[in-house]
Amino acid sequence: MGKLTIGCFSSLVGSMSLDFAVKLSEAAVKKGHEVDLWLSGNGVMLGKTGQSKFRDYSYLAGPVEELLKTGKFKVTNCEACAKARGIDKSDTMEGFGIHSMDWYLASAFSADRVIHIGGE
Amino acid sequence: MAIKKMAFIVDKLPYKSETSRLALTHAISSQTVEIYLDDGDNVEPVLAFVGDGVLNCLKDQKALDIYGVTSLEMHIKNALLLDLRVLVCKEDLERFGLSEDNIVMDAEEIGGEITTEVVPFEKIQEEMASSDHLLYF
Repeated sequence: MGKLTIGCFSSLVGSMSLDFAVKLSEAAVKKGHEVDLWLSGNGVMLGKTGQSKFRDYSYLAGPVEELLKTGKFKVTNCEACAKARGIDKSDTMEGFGIHSMDWYLASAFSADRVIHIGGE
Repeated sequence: MAIKKMAFIVDKLPYKSETSRLALTHAISSQTVEIYLDDGDNVEPVLAFVGDGVLNCLKDQKALDIYGVTSLEMHIKNALLLDLRVLVCKEDLERFGLSEDNIVMDAEEIGGEITTEVVPFEKIQEEMASSDHLLYF
């Protein structure tokens, strides 16, 4: 089985790119692969605590929690991007990593495939 | 022991979104990636500006004065200072009526030794083809 590193910079609500990144992670994990999901820019919103499930807005906290339980999925926020948006460790869902940008490059280094989904 | 080449390809406009800034900061972070890797392993970054992305390289940006943020120009200079290869697509530059005179070509004033390379798109394609991973911003 392989390792997939996904970098996503799009916001939780306002773009469907993050939804796609999570869906792709689910598909890869189901096939037995490992996934590292790196969130930078507005993507760090994915880890925000207290998300509400409304029918007109994406709700990804649930799927992410399920993915974390598999042990084959890691999700990591860019520390500077999060702090710049007022999102500290205490505002971040349990199970999320927080690292600087070089962590993403290191993950890409050891990945079999890298999919980079930039911002809009 | 391995070196993996990563190409950071930027085609987004400066200051319209955060994207091109993140390209630069991620590329520059390659300078410290070794702390996460085994001895002898490393990342070789190459930064290429294509399409509208070439406008990130314009000289005399006033981002600090106007927006209070570090300019993309300063980030490019930092990249050059750190010996990151910076490529700019020649055809796209010409499409905007620009030349080497209009863009950041060096970082001499802060001690940089390498210069920006203005190259045909074909050369950038070669860099992409020879990269292990492509990061498109």
